[in-house]
Amino acid sequence: MSVNPLQFVRHSGIVAPLDKANVDTDQIIPKQFLKSIKRTGFGDNLFDAWRFEDEGTIGKPLSSRQPVSDFVLNDPRYVNASILLARENFACGSSREHAVWALLQYGFRCVIAPSFADIFYNNSFNNGLLPVQLSHEHVEVLFARATQQQPIELSVDLEEQTVTAGSDLGYRFEIEHVRKNRMLKGLDEIGLTLEHTADIEAFEARHRKANPWLFSGGNV
Amino acid sequence: MATLYDKIWDAHVVGQRDDGLSLLYIDRHLIHEVTSPQAFEGLRLARRVPWRLDANLATPDHNIPTRNRALGMAGIEDSIAKEQVVTLDDNCRAFDIQQFELLDVRQGIVHVIGPEQGAVLPGMTVVCGDSHTSTHGALGTLAHGIGTSEVEHVLATQCLVQQKSRNMLVDITSFLNEGVYAKDIILALIRKVGTAGATGHTIEYAGEAIRSLSMEGRMTICNMSIEAGARAGLVAVDETTLSYVEGRPFSPQGALWDAACRKWRDLKSDEDAVYDTEVTLDAAALSPQVSWGTNPQLVVSVDEAIPDPASFDDEATAETAERALKYMDLRPGDSLMDVPLDKVFIGSCTNARIEDLRAAALVAKGRKVSSHLDAALVVPGSGLVKQQAESEGLDEIFIDAGFEWRAPGCSMCLAMNDDRLMPKERCASTSNRNFEGRQGHLGRTHLVSPATAAASAIAGHIADVREFLQ
Repeated sequence: MSVNPLQFVRHSGIVAPLDKANVDTDQIIPKQFLKSIKRTGFGDNLFDAWRFEDEGTIGKPLSSRQPVSDFVLNDPRYVNASILLARENFACGSSREHAVWALLQYGFRCVIAPSFADIFYNNSFNNGLLPVQLSHEHVEVLFARATQQQPIELSVDLEEQTVTAGSDLGYRFEIEHVRKNRMLKGLDEIGLTLEHTADIEAFEARHRKANPWLFSGGNV
Repeated sequence: MATLYDKIWDAHVVGQRDDGLSLLYIDRHLIHEVTSPQAFEGLRLARRVPWRLDANLATPDHNIPTRNRALGMAGIEDSIAKEQVVTLDDNCRAFDIQQFELLDVRQGIVHVIGPEQGAVLPGMTVVCGDSHTSTHGALGTLAHGIGTSEVEHVLATQCLVQQKSRNMLVDITSFLNEGVYAKDIILALIRKVGTAGATGHTIEYAGEAIRSLSMEGRMTICNMSIEAGARAGLVAVDETTLSYVEGRPFSPQGALWDAACRKWRDLKSDEDAVYDTEVTLDAAALSPQVSWGTNPQLVVSVDEAIPDPASFDDEATAETAERALKYMDLRPGDSLMDVPLDKVFIGSCTNARIEDLRAAALVAKGRKVSSHLDAALVVPGSGLVKQQAESEGLDEIFIDAGFEWRAPGCSMCLAMNDDRLMPKERCASTSNRNFEGRQGHLGRTHLVSPATAAASAIAGHIADVREFLQ
C-alpha cells in the first residue's frame, strides 16, 4: 500500500526542542538551496547555517560537513526526532515552500509552536506537515521535558486533536475544521477546487463583463 | 461600512468550497524562476493546463547575475542557477505564458515590473510565489505572497483557497521631514508592532503621510507588510494612483480607461468602516531609521543608541535581541554611526524604483564613496528603471561617486547570485530583510532608506542623511 504524503492521522516520535523565537524561513533553508528545480533533496540542508560550521552548497556531501556541536539537531538525543518543538512566530519571512519540504525531507512530520507565520502555516497543510499550535504555557512544559537527559516521545493525534506523552501529559490543540479534514483524508487541493469548475467559469464570465480591462492584458 | 479589503475580497469570491473555505478569483499571477519550476512540474504530472494564460506574466529576477548582462544566458556562470532560468524559459514557452526574458528591456524584479507595465491594476487580486507580493497593494489591489503549491493551484484553477483575514488600519499622521522617507515609516512601524504584529491581518495604510507619498513610496511601505506578519497591505486609490497607472502598456485606454476610473475611484474604505486593529504613527516625529538586529523589528533611529535586550517587555523579543547582538557583533549603548561598513547595497523590490535612485543620487552627487568600503552597488529594479535613470544621468552620478552601476535583478537582497556579503562583512542595504545570512553566509545587514544608504556609503559608516541634505 502506498503512503499518501498529504495525509496525517496520527504520529508518535521524538521531540527536538529548537529554543529560538522568530525563526525565519531563510534559516530553515538558506537561499543557495533554492536554485534547485526539484521538489526533493532539501532535507540535508535543513537549518544549514545553524547545523554546520562550514558554508553549505548544493550537493556538498554530508560526510564532508563540520557539525555545530551545540545545535539541537546535532545532539545525539535528537538524531531520530520527527517532531520539532519551536517558539513564537515560527517560519516568518520568505514564502519559500522549500522550508516545508526541507523539514519533511529531514524527517519531521509535525511542528509544535505557540504561533506560526501565515504563509508557512498554509504551505504546511499543502504538503502534509502538521503545524500544531499550543499555548505558551504548554509549550513551556514541553520544552522543560524535551530538554531533559532522556528525550521525550510525543503522540500527536489529529483526529482527537491531542498531543500526549505517556499517561501524565495530554494537551488538546485547536485547528480549523476544514484543514483538519483535508489532512486526515490527504485530499488534493487542486482536485477539490476543480470540482467547482462551473462556478469558476460563471464567476469569470460575470467578472469579465463588469471589468473588461482586467482581461485585456497580456501579449503587449 | 466595508473596508477596502472587504470590498476587493467580496468582488472576487467565486464561492465557498464544500469544505467551507472561500475560493478567491485571481486576476494577475506573476511568476519568477525560483518558486515556479515545481509548480509547472506538478501541472505536467497531473496532466493539467493553465486556466487562463493572459492572467500570467513571468520574468527571471532572483538568481540572475547583475554583471555581463549583454551575454544573456551565457553570462550566468552558476550552472545550477542557469538551469533554473532556462527552465522558466522552457515552461513559459511550453505553456505559452508571456515572459520578459533575460535580455528584454522590460525584464526586472517581478514587483517592480508588474506596476511599471500596468500589468497590476487597481482593484485586482494579485498573487506571486514571493512574500513581497504585498508591494502591489499600493495600487489598491489585494496582493498575496503564496507558496509553490499555491502557484500550481492558481495556474490550474485561477483561484486561491483562502480564509478571510482581519482588518488592520495603520494611520500615518502628519508629514515626513526632510531626509526621512517611506522606508523609514515602514521600519518604524515594524519596530512598533513587531514581526508578528499583523499576522492574520490585511493592513490598510492611510493618513496624510500616505496620501502625500508617491506610488513608489507607497510600494516601499506595502512591500514590507509581510515583515510585520501581514500577507497583504494596501492603500486606497486616489488621483496619485490613477495618474501612475494611466498610459502604461497593459493599462486600459480610451472608453475602457474612463469606465475603469469610475470604478477605481470607489476603491476606498467606507467612512464608517470598522477595523479589528488600529495603529497610529506620527510621521513628523520620525528620524531616519536603521535596523541593528537580525529581524526588521530590531530598529533604532539613526541617532539612537542600540537598546539593551532586557528593555524589551516580552521574553521572545529579548531572546531574539540577545542573539541578534551576538550575530551582529554589537553591544547595547553602541551608536551605529561608529561602526564601519564593508558594503552598501541600493536595490531590491523595496527600493529600486526611479524615485529611490533619484533620492540616492541626490546625496551621492559630487561626493565620493568611502575608500574603506569594499563595494557599493546600485542595482535598478528593471531594465526600464535603468534606462530612465540613465536618461537622467543618474548612472554617471553614481559611477563618478564610486558606485557600481549594475543590471536589474534581486541581487544582494537575498544573494542568490554572486552579489553577496562575505562572512562578517557589514552592509547598509535598502532591502527588506536583515535575517542571519540573508545577504551572504554570516553577513551583517542594516536596513535603511536609499538616501541613508548613499550617505552611509560616503561616510563609510551608517550616517545621518539629514547632514548631507543641508
